[in-house]
Order: sequence, then C-alpha cells, then structure tokens
Amino acid sequence: MRDDQWFDRDAGPVVRPYALTRGRTRPSGAVIDLLALVTAAGVSQSDLRMLEPEPRQLMRIARNPISVADLASDLDLPLGVVRILLADMRERGLVTIRPPARTRPTDPQLLKDVADALRRL
Amino acid sequence: MLSAGYEQDVSSAGPVSIKILIAGGFGAGKTTMVGSVSEIRPLRTEEALSEPSILVDTLDGIEQKSTTTVAMDFGRITVREDLVVYLFGTPGQHRFWFMWDELALGALGAVVMADTRRLADSFPSVDYFERRGLPFVVAVNCFDGAKRFKPDAVRTALDLDAGVPVVLCDARQRTSSRDVLVTLVEYAIKLISDSEIMSSY
Repeated sequence: MRDDQWFDRDAGPVVRPYALTRGRTRPSGAVIDLLALVTAAGVSQSDLRMLEPEPRQLMRIARNPISVADLASDLDLPLGVVRILLADMRERGLVTIRPPARTRPTDPQLLKDVADALRRL
Repeated sequence: MLSAGYEQDVSSAGPVSIKILIAGGFGAGKTTMVGSVSEIRPLRTEEALSEPSILVDTLDGIEQKSTTTVAMDFGRITVREDLVVYLFGTPGQHRFWFMWDELALGALGAVVMADTRRLADSFPSVDYFERRGLPFVVAVNCFDGAKRFKPDAVRTALDLDAGVPVVLCDARQRTSSRDVLVTLVEYAIKLISDSEIMSSY
C-alpha cells in the first residue's frame, strides 16, 4: 500500500481543511464573529507570493473590508477553517479584524432606512 | 477617505451589518425565502459536536469523528454601500442549536417559517426566540394544496404573545418574502419605541 492511499474519497473535504490549518480545529484567541469585518493589510507583492494559495486568495478578497461569512463563502471553505486562518493571519499582521456590534441594532433611523430599502426590493 | 488599493485604511470602517435569522422546521421554506429576496450562497461550518449530541447521535462506524459539517443558507442584501442585511437560514435540527447562540447574538430579529401541515415543527424556534427576547415574526408559508389558516388560528395554535406579527406569505415570491422582512423590521422598530416609552431598557 502506498503512503498516499490512507485516505479515500469518503474522507471528503475533511482532509484538506485540516491540512490547511495544520491539524488544528480551533483558532487561537477569542472566537472571530461571523460578521466581523476583515481587511487585508498592505503587503508587498513579494510577500504575497510567499503565502500559501488560500491566505493569498483571502488577501485579495479582503482588499476592501469583508465579513467572515462572506469570506468563507467566497473561499468555499468551512467557517471554522477560515477562522483559524484568520487568527493566524492576524498574528502575522496580514489582516485586521473588526468585530461587529454584539448588541441588537436599536437606532430607529438605521432600522427605518433598512425597512425603506427592503420595500424597494 | 477611500481605501487606496492594498493600503490598509483604518478610516474605511466598512459597512454596518444587520443580521436576520430565518428559522423554522425542515421543509418549511427557509431556503426558498432566503433565495427569493437575496443572492443566496452556501456557507459551510465545521463544528465540534458537543458532548450531549455525541451521546445522542449514533456514531457507529465513525469512530473518533468529533466534527460535523453544517450547511447554512446565507443571503446578503446590500441596502446601501454602508449598510448590508445578512440572512441566515438556521439549521433546523436540534443538534445544531449550539450554532443558534452565535447567530442570535446581535441579530435584529428572526422570521419563523411555519408550515400549517406541520405547525408543531415551529415550536422549538418560537420557544428559542421567546426565551432569548429576540424580536420575531411568524411567516405562514402558503404551500400549494395546504389548507389556508387564518393568522389568528396560527397565533392561537402557537400560543404567541399578542404583539407578535403573524403573516401569510409565499416564500417563492420575492415581494412576499420582502414584505415579511419589512414586517419584522417594523416590529423591531415598534419594540424599540415601546421600550423607550417604558424607559425600562
């Protein structure tokens, strides 16, 4: 049996994300909110080229602030994997992560704007 | 104030996000509703199974499996450049409820989709949002062939508080789903103004 036959198709997407996160299933630090906004830091092209494909792609997608949920969906990676990547990338100064408001929105004007906008859909 | 290319700009704070949950029993029309009002995309999350669900679930043959993949419906409505509404179709099964706590945190409110043929399926969602104090509306999805119920009959059957809006909808119709969301936002506004009057919040 060859070394690379220990997994099969049934292993599914589990192998890749966990390889990607070097076996970890939990990010370091506090949980990164689903709607936290991620912004890529300014890094040189040569630094970008040093990154693995997923972080590199993440850096490209996050040039403008983007939510963690949007990122996971765009990258087609499970949320948990993206959170681990993000925690690492934050430690390395590659991204900044701004948590969303943790409380229910209570600004009536903001909510009226939302209602008006929805009515125009 | 525009962010210039790759340069990080702390002044570009990014949009304000509003989170709305779409809950309800399996097959009640959650996916249909998210898809009819927004650009729907799959969002996978890989979560560790909590101890109780490991005990409940049959894990024969999947020894050591401690994570599970949950697919959520994820929709986005860009209201303005600086204001985005996110819809999350919450997984209905009980064993995924640990996810609800995160989803409910900071949410504007929830839509509970109800199928009158299986009204009891919406009890858990109603209970959850009542306990959480999260504003919610009940949207009765009018399926073809399903008996039409009057909203008041549904309200009684679900034992809802008097103020909770109950609306009939056709989740396949964009305008109908949109109206449900508008009802929820207006209800949330009303609750805020009520609580300001009571000044108890």
